[in-house]
Amino acid sequence: MTPVEIIVVALIKVALIILVVLTACAYSTLAERKLVSWFQQRIGPNLAGPWGLLQPLADGVKLAFKEDIRPERAEKVFYTLSPVIAFVPALLTFAVIPFGPAIEIGGRQVDLALSDLNVGVLFIFAITSLGVYGIILAGWSSGSKYSLLGGLRSSAQLISYEVAYGLTILGVILLAQTFSLKELALQQDGFWGMYVWKQPLGFLLFIICAVAETNRAPFDMAEAESELVAGYHTEYSSMRFATFFIGEYANMIAVSSVATTIFLGGWRAPFAFLPEYGLWGVVWFALKVGFFMFFYVWLRATLPRFRYDQLMNFGWKFLFPVALLNVMVTAAVVLWSSDQL
Amino acid sequence: MPIVVDKNRPTDFVKTPDRTALDSSVWGMLKTTALALPVGFATVFKHLFRRANTVQYPFTKRPMFPRYRGLHYLERYEDGTERCTCCGLCAAACPADAIYMEPMENEKGERLAKVYEINMIRCIFCGFCEEACPEEAIFLGQEYEFSKDNRDAFIYPKELLLVKHPRPERPVKDLWRRLRRMF
Repeated sequence: MTPVEIIVVALIKVALIILVVLTACAYSTLAERKLVSWFQQRIGPNLAGPWGLLQPLADGVKLAFKEDIRPERAEKVFYTLSPVIAFVPALLTFAVIPFGPAIEIGGRQVDLALSDLNVGVLFIFAITSLGVYGIILAGWSSGSKYSLLGGLRSSAQLISYEVAYGLTILGVILLAQTFSLKELALQQDGFWGMYVWKQPLGFLLFIICAVAETNRAPFDMAEAESELVAGYHTEYSSMRFATFFIGEYANMIAVSSVATTIFLGGWRAPFAFLPEYGLWGVVWFALKVGFFMFFYVWLRATLPRFRYDQLMNFGWKFLFPVALLNVMVTAAVVLWSSDQL
Repeated sequence: MPIVVDKNRPTDFVKTPDRTALDSSVWGMLKTTALALPVGFATVFKHLFRRANTVQYPFTKRPMFPRYRGLHYLERYEDGTERCTCCGLCAAACPADAIYMEPMENEKGERLAKVYEINMIRCIFCGFCEEACPEEAIFLGQEYEFSKDNRDAFIYPKELLLVKHPRPERPVKDLWRRLRRMF
């Protein structure tokens, strides 16, 4: 491919990814509301369009037409900036996630991934941690005590979870000997090839940390609507609030995609006899991500919110040591089974 | 006023084990995770397949109870003449002072109401007017959807309250009324 073609293809991919991710965000709000309703034996949104399918659109239009209020005591610059800081990293994550195998379009080999960084996993960890700055800054710059408390909680949560979050991945990295997400997906053949079975403990810990990382129930203390009004976005309205909201869902999808790629084989078919060429890869990928999104909602419907000190205890005294142990054991096994001893 | 301090007040309470506290030791966490969580998740998952209890209100309405006290109506005799004689007993019984009436006579010399207004904002729907009425003229019906966007519209004149045609007997309510009269 010529350089021009490469740029054009990349731009098309970027546009497609943003479009698909934003639509997925919008519809995961609907899916969440529907699922939570069913868990609680309610019906959920069903009036906007058939089966409530236009509800995200209605929500979007409503939010866009709301008055944009900025409190007098807010820090102008950071107040405006923080929704963007919360939202952009979530989208950036998708730059390194492989959605499918390389397909042929008009005689050109096109990878169904924006890029294949050889340090993709590190990139993701660097980027997802940035999103928390949006929350902390929003809490601080709003000039409201509830927002500030939400932001403080978020930063405390970040510190106690980030360490364990990184360590949970390390087990897989040790086994796979690569940081590239594309390589990780390629290594996982069929059902039993998935890294879940080789790293079950790592997978569990990763899921717990991922929920804490995305500020979702039961770790949604930064929001905690029953304690802090709405936490860090108490003072936000209109599209600024919508940006936070989309950011939260984009983050959920991003983390689900990472979990899918690292532990469930990404775009690879879940069973060896199923097809995985071309767009089938995208189908399997979407299904696996959907499974995680369902789990998020299931979790939210099941568990009450953790108390602040419980969370810190859990993070430091349980997750961190167990994750460390997992890494140690994995490293020992890898070393023992290799010829380097 | 001096603050009275109970000298006998126990200062060291017996510490009861807090059964709701989360065991924060590693073993406690493991126990909670391994035993309690699957039960909780399974319970919630089961509810996913249960029927919703929702009544989709504006589209489907639940029937009201026979003795429900909703919007008032004024009854007619079977020949179509008004039962209300404007005696004023309902207005006297009304604890909210929501009923206003002015009497008149028709061509046969019978007494009936010229003006009969109920202020639905004042009304507390206690049913005392129904109770007090000697002519079985005023009843509290089943209607409860009468919100409006201006306060004047809540003063219901006789034309709005009077039924177009006499309604059939309402056995339950009438039986209850007779029982109340007896005791």
